[in-house]
Amino acid sequence: MTVILNQSFTGISIGAVLLLIALGLTLTFGQMGVINMAHGEFIMTGAYTTYVLQKSISGAGVSLLVALPVAFLVAGAMGALLEWLLIRRLYTRPLDTLLVTWGVSLMLQQLARDVFGAPNVQTHAPDLLTGNISMGGGITFASSRLFILGLALLSVLVLTIVLRLTPLGRRIRAVVQNRDLAEVSGIATGRVDRVTFFIGSGLAGVAGVALTLVGPIGPTMGTNYIVDAFLVVVVGGIGQLKGSVITAFALGVLQSVLEYSTTVSVAKVIVLVAIVAFLQWRPQGLYTLRTRSLA
Amino acid sequence: MSGLSISRRGLLAGISAVGASAALSACGAKTGEGSSTDAAGASADTSGSTVKVGLLNSLSGTMAISEVTVHNALLLAIKEINAAGGVLGKKLKAVSQDGASDWPTFAEKAEALIKDDKVAATFGCWTSASRKAVKPVFERYKSPLFYPVQYEGLEESPYIFYIGATTNQQIVPALDYLKKQGLTKLYLVGSDYVFPRTANKIIKAYAKAKGMTVVGEDYAPLGSTEFGTIVNKVKDSGADAVFNTLNGDSNVAFFKEYKSSGLTAKSMPVLSVSIAEEEVKSIGTQYLQDQLTAWNYYETTPGAANTEFVAAYQAEYGKDKPTSDPMEAAYISVYLWKAMVEKAGSFDVAKVKAASDGITFDAPEGKVTVDGASQHVYKTARIGKVGADGLITEVWNSGGPIKPDPYLKGYDWASGLS
Repeated sequence: MTVILNQSFTGISIGAVLLLIALGLTLTFGQMGVINMAHGEFIMTGAYTTYVLQKSISGAGVSLLVALPVAFLVAGAMGALLEWLLIRRLYTRPLDTLLVTWGVSLMLQQLARDVFGAPNVQTHAPDLLTGNISMGGGITFASSRLFILGLALLSVLVLTIVLRLTPLGRRIRAVVQNRDLAEVSGIATGRVDRVTFFIGSGLAGVAGVALTLVGPIGPTMGTNYIVDAFLVVVVGGIGQLKGSVITAFALGVLQSVLEYSTTVSVAKVIVLVAIVAFLQWRPQGLYTLRTRSLA
Repeated sequence: MSGLSISRRGLLAGISAVGASAALSACGAKTGEGSSTDAAGASADTSGSTVKVGLLNSLSGTMAISEVTVHNALLLAIKEINAAGGVLGKKLKAVSQDGASDWPTFAEKAEALIKDDKVAATFGCWTSASRKAVKPVFERYKSPLFYPVQYEGLEESPYIFYIGATTNQQIVPALDYLKKQGLTKLYLVGSDYVFPRTANKIIKAYAKAKGMTVVGEDYAPLGSTEFGTIVNKVKDSGADAVFNTLNGDSNVAFFKEYKSSGLTAKSMPVLSVSIAEEEVKSIGTQYLQDQLTAWNYYETTPGAANTEFVAAYQAEYGKDKPTSDPMEAAYISVYLWKAMVEKAGSFDVAKVKAASDGITFDAPEGKVTVDGASQHVYKTARIGKVGADGLITEVWNSGGPIKPDPYLKGYDWASGLS
């Protein structure tokens, strides 16, 4: 019983990390259809933001809390700049977008290497987040994992509220569902695109802050997570927040159960085979967007 | 990407071939003929007033955390040797190549060092995977590599000098120590590549023969940061201790997870064979305090040679920079090569190899002696404990240098391994 509870918690915490890194991508890749290979580097930007803030602000706890909004703004601004400079010129050419953003991703990695040095760096977690909460009977929940879980759920909640209840969210949904009709209705689709990209990239920055609690910060950390993030979005169904949430937790739990019963490498293989099989059966993913457009 | 770098290298080889043949026709004295298909044509160029030596380390990627420090130590040794007059009257010129934590890149860069730069010797590599990748290159061109890191043994290449510990100078003494402490139930955690897998094979053979039990064994991909499940398995296994062969940044994630799950050095100590002072600093002392390590050298090892080494290193790279076992091995490897060259009276690889047996050096770790037959070094095994200040202090040592035995021929229980 203890094992099952501890393992489910591990699975859910893996899922929370997956959800955080995929959340921004559900907006930019899912809603806008832009394959942004530099998404991982916005995660890296968030992580390095935390590192820089911790160097200038002494308290680990304070700097972590300050890093959350700052990383959102920094990564978001970089995303908006990328959209304005390059991506908006390439909306009808997905393959070119992929190549261009991949180039941008390599440039950002090199930039980080030049600015922060090639070796990976670490941040110090606040004492509150290095321990664990014991539930008795050998059941323990790591506090850093609880923090990431809370952050992931909060991000989903805020994003849902923004998309469902605000005028901005209504405009984003209108552009996603029918760009031409939105445009003739007087919506400045270009501006909506930029704001959507800002939010999506900013969420990657927030994910980067969370990842500093789990592992090291390095120029190539984004590439370690980008594949997983795309997997979550594709399996969840393009543009579906609900799908991404369910998929992230399902993959996390599946991964941890398989890791426990087999080994880490075998578990990875089984998860990937399962995803391939699932997409054969349901290529459109878990959920799909129903529209009246002919395309 | 790789297409570009290959073609650029091809271009360089072409240019150097043209240059070499031009030099040949001009003065007819150049020894390094440029035919790129002829392996013997890649012999070292020692005709000038300087001699090039190659430094092959990962200056980027997941292994850079460790390998950059080795690179620094090598540069320090070269600088000291040059200040003292060089080797056989010639100054050394270091040529650095970045292996980028990627094994094929190591092989590519090794070939570039030997063929294009015509280095007299190469120093470097950290992971066994990178050593295995470059081994055929050094053997093909008959050029020597000095390898500064502890490794899994079961290897003797005629063109590699193993300056780090082999298993009977590190892993076997570490197991002896754990057994003596009564920690007989072990959980093995390692990165998924050749060193941890081979090391664990040896540990399992030892355990079987000496009445210890291995209650679990898990491997994570190099660079992995997800250790929740592995730590849960360790926790439930009822092990007395963890034998950790993780390499690089995975250690950061593993020890963060270990601490947050409530495991401590008291409840279940972790003995690591790839965590030295530099890694302790970057993982964070708060996660590692009181955990065990197995090496042949610590910054705190007593002796005048070490005091001088630490002072010289910190004067060069900063007061807060620690020194570690692989750095020390890298540092002495340049001096050992110098002693071999001077004994041979030549940079010629065959003569240097013949001169290697019995070379001694008063190293920071204590006196070391080269065993010419195996091209390994006699070393003292030392078990250490991580202190609150991030330094490691010795809690046990083997009493004297242990003869290197890479194939564990002197151990009955290891007869099944090969």
